[in-house]
Amino acid sequence: MAMSRDEIFEKVQEVLVDALGLDDDEVTNDATLMGDLGAESIDFLDIVFRLEKTFDIKVPREELFPAETVLNNPEFVSGGKLTDKGLGELKDKMPHTDLTEFEKDPDVNKIADLFTVDAIVNFIETKLNN
Amino acid sequence: MRWIWIDKFLEFKSGQYAVALKNVTLAEEHIHDNVPGFPMMPECLMIEAMAQTGGILVGEARNFEEKVILAKIKKAVFYHYVVPGDTIILRAEVESISPEAASIEGEIKRGDELIAQISLMFSHIDKNLSGKQFPEENFVFTDMFNSLLTGFVERKTEQAP
Repeated sequence: MAMSRDEIFEKVQEVLVDALGLDDDEVTNDATLMGDLGAESIDFLDIVFRLEKTFDIKVPREELFPAETVLNNPEFVSGGKLTDKGLGELKDKMPHTDLTEFEKDPDVNKIADLFTVDAIVNFIETKLNN
Repeated sequence: MRWIWIDKFLEFKSGQYAVALKNVTLAEEHIHDNVPGFPMMPECLMIEAMAQTGGILVGEARNFEEKVILAKIKKAVFYHYVVPGDTIILRAEVESISPEAASIEGEIKRGDELIAQISLMFSHIDKNLSGKQFPEENFVFTDMFNSLLTGFVERKTEQAP
């Protein structure tokens, strides 16, 4: 039976509470993983492993958190901002994330804010429906 | 003193689980320093012992090609003290393993008694710290660790999937 978005959110919330040592109410839809929830780089791998186990799916890290591969390519970054090509690449790799605001000022320091709880729920929803 | 907190492996199933044994003795200096007047094995060293059991398990799964370091203590719950004269058994099971990292779930027992539950994450540092250079040789898995595996695993010539 297909999982509803609320059910997916509840499970994602549980994963984040366990992985990051949080209280349930801290994990809101718009919370950013790094800024609001205090995730560090190794936590992203922990989250990926836990999502795979919880939803019984394969989650390639670069699909869910593709920023590293974009930032490491000099063609995609110039003067601390993503180039048009970089932005295109990010859009391509993060279809589960709304980049409208980010596009106005694609500062690389703001990329971390794109990783929200909502983005994870979108990602899982897409994976499960496919 | 050697920084090794397991005495030998009892079981080793490549890529799946490992069981190690440690005898705790009064001769170990650290036993006396944690709580003066109450010799006991510090909990942090039980975590290290599990990290060594699980780290070797994870490293061997990829034929020791990765530099495996402890990256995160996901869970560490202790139910009883471990004191001189105790023999503890550490069991680590691979939960997940990827090119960048691995996680294990572990338990420490004294006989049938559960002493601790410890879950850890390991990072393969060459795959995760882009731009930083590390020595070519695998400084994590020294001969001392490898000698523990003698008789348990034949060296693989190909990398595990």
